[in-house]
Amino acid sequence: MNPKPRLLTVLDIVTIILLLIATYMVFFYAPQEAVMGDVQRVFYFHVAAGWVGMLGFIGAAISGIIYLIKKDRKWDIVGLAAVEIGIVFIFINIVTGSIWARPIWNTWWTWDPRLTTATVMLLIYLAYLMLRQGIEDPDRRARFGAVYAIIGSLSVPLTYFSARIFRTIHPVVIGSGDPTATGSFDMTPMMTQAFMFSLFTFTFIFIDLFWHRIRLGQEADQIEQLRLKTME
Amino acid sequence: MIKVQKLVKRFGLKTVLRGLDFQVEQGEFVALLGPNGAGKTTFLRILASLSRPSMGIVNIAGYRLPEQAAAVRRRLGVVSHQSLLYGDLTAEENLMFYGRMYAIAGLPERVREVLELVGLSTRRRDLVRTFSRGMQQRLAIGRAVLHDPDVMLFDEPHTGLDQDASAMLDTVLREVAARGRTVVMTSHDLARAADLASRFDVISRGVIGASVRSDEIDSNDLLAFYRGALQES
Amino acid sequence: MSEARPVKSLARENSSSKIVNFIRAMGAVVWKDLSAELRSRELISAMLVFALLVILIFNFALDLDPATRREPTITAGVLWVIFVFAGTLGLNRSMAVEKDRGCMDGLLLAPVDRSAIYFGKVLGNLLFMMMVEIIVLPIYSLLYNVSLFNPGLLLVILLGSIGYVAVGTLLAAMAVQARTRDILLPILLFPVVLPVILAAVKASTGFLDGSEMDLIRPWLNLLIVYDIIFSAVAFMVFDYVVEE
Repeated sequence: MNPKPRLLTVLDIVTIILLLIATYMVFFYAPQEAVMGDVQRVFYFHVAAGWVGMLGFIGAAISGIIYLIKKDRKWDIVGLAAVEIGIVFIFINIVTGSIWARPIWNTWWTWDPRLTTATVMLLIYLAYLMLRQGIEDPDRRARFGAVYAIIGSLSVPLTYFSARIFRTIHPVVIGSGDPTATGSFDMTPMMTQAFMFSLFTFTFIFIDLFWHRIRLGQEADQIEQLRLKTME
Repeated sequence: MIKVQKLVKRFGLKTVLRGLDFQVEQGEFVALLGPNGAGKTTFLRILASLSRPSMGIVNIAGYRLPEQAAAVRRRLGVVSHQSLLYGDLTAEENLMFYGRMYAIAGLPERVREVLELVGLSTRRRDLVRTFSRGMQQRLAIGRAVLHDPDVMLFDEPHTGLDQDASAMLDTVLREVAARGRTVVMTSHDLARAADLASRFDVISRGVIGASVRSDEIDSNDLLAFYRGALQES
Repeated sequence: MSEARPVKSLARENSSSKIVNFIRAMGAVVWKDLSAELRSRELISAMLVFALLVILIFNFALDLDPATRREPTITAGVLWVIFVFAGTLGLNRSMAVEKDRGCMDGLLLAPVDRSAIYFGKVLGNLLFMMMVEIIVLPIYSLLYNVSLFNPGLLLVILLGSIGYVAVGTLLAAMAVQARTRDILLPILLFPVVLPVILAAVKASTGFLDGSEMDLIRPWLNLLIVYDIIFSAVAFMVFDYVVEE
């Protein structure tokens, strides 16, 4: 087994520190929002988690393309890692969104573009895992995973786009302002800082988990190889 | 006709073929023997262009796999232990379909001819679903021979056939091989292989362990030869 | 019982152009699927019975008064649910036929472009789906006393079916090779084909309630864009799904 690289240990520590700071900033540094109160603080982690969820998606699609071209097993492990992490963060995104929605819109759920897209992403992620699970041959599993990741990532933007042609009640904090959207708010500088820092922190969390997961996958492969050797 | 050098095939982390070398001249009938899991079917699938080599060189009729696969496929006829036939179509329709896929000239004539050859002319309007296993195998050979290939690959064609059907199959096999074609046949059945083949190769642990020509060995010694080849690897 | 011909390969080389060979192979695949289906009629009858059952279930599940039931939004929604689910049956069956008896290998052994096989399958699946749609529309029309003879609607159904079948054939080719073959196709297909369904339903509603073309046009455009993108991608990627 490869020993854990020094850099990864450093990254672990840095990530934990960043997370602690981000938590402080979100709960104490950022001012309370005038209209919504403390529940608005969920927003920082909600958007950051959504961002990471998207990263996972894009990562899976890109490594899928590379795998089909190069046929190197490493890229399959990368794709799987991206999907697994993406699932967790999209799920966090949906749940925190729900927590935020309840007091503001008085409902746990609404079928607006962003929520619909997040749900679709989650379903595609899960379908990806189920597809892999049903295939015995490892090469075929990798190829099919790559193909589905590509198809899925093409379809999600289209879903988002088409759902967006509907009216939305989802707050559009960044982007076009729809005056009828309730729950929008303007960010003060301190809020913006907290927000950016959260994005930054979550990106680090993504990279950290990603690296760990890839190592895990490679070690699993090594064990499998040793096992095959002993069977001969 | 067939030239294979240092063929390696991996499935994920598992290596099935380890640098296999294999050469067949035109007109030879090679019986490929070996235990289950030795890689016979994998090897045959690679020769059939259905599977890509992980490493190594595969040349059939002067064309290289996998780059020139289409050219190879035109000259290749394959009979698997699955029949590759459509149950809801008649024997005739099955052949007509494959004939179109191979862009065969004078198709109706040729289909009639092939049905004659495999002894299924009277059943040509019957659905393949109603055929016995033996009849399906014969039609499968018909399908494989339709485009008059130079090379034929048979993967355990006698599987699931009773004595009579096997004997009938052998007749067709001999007929098909007699036209100067090159044949590679995998088999479990030493006795049958002994009757048909001009050469016996044993595949074991991912390489060809031993090879002997039919005129160099007595059919009684074949079993001993086979066992010996397996033990050596 | 012997062959009259001398030994030389009968399969034509480059005597016909590549395009002719491509079309011939594609046509052969479609012809094969249609012939087999015409004979057994298993697939079409299964899809039809299923469609009728869905209409029946919707009748009781959505217990609406006759006026509401005739509304364009309801009609469009129910129709597309029917097509989507019946379509899954067709896709599954079409690919399962190739998996049986290793027929897919038979197709791959032929000296034809893999994409000819793909397009042949897509065209066949599309024809089956349209056959079901053509029968379901008048029946639904009769049962709910609503006129569905609307050229705009028919256009939307065609465009939507194309998109559905283009992706569906590719995913079915993957699903059929997995252990969980039957349930896997809907799981893979539905989240990915959502933009098509969304646009198709909105456009259908638009045509049914006589909206302005300006309102309908974005949905039609989306359908066309989706059809083109996914047909192109599926065509490029099909090789990786069938080759080993």
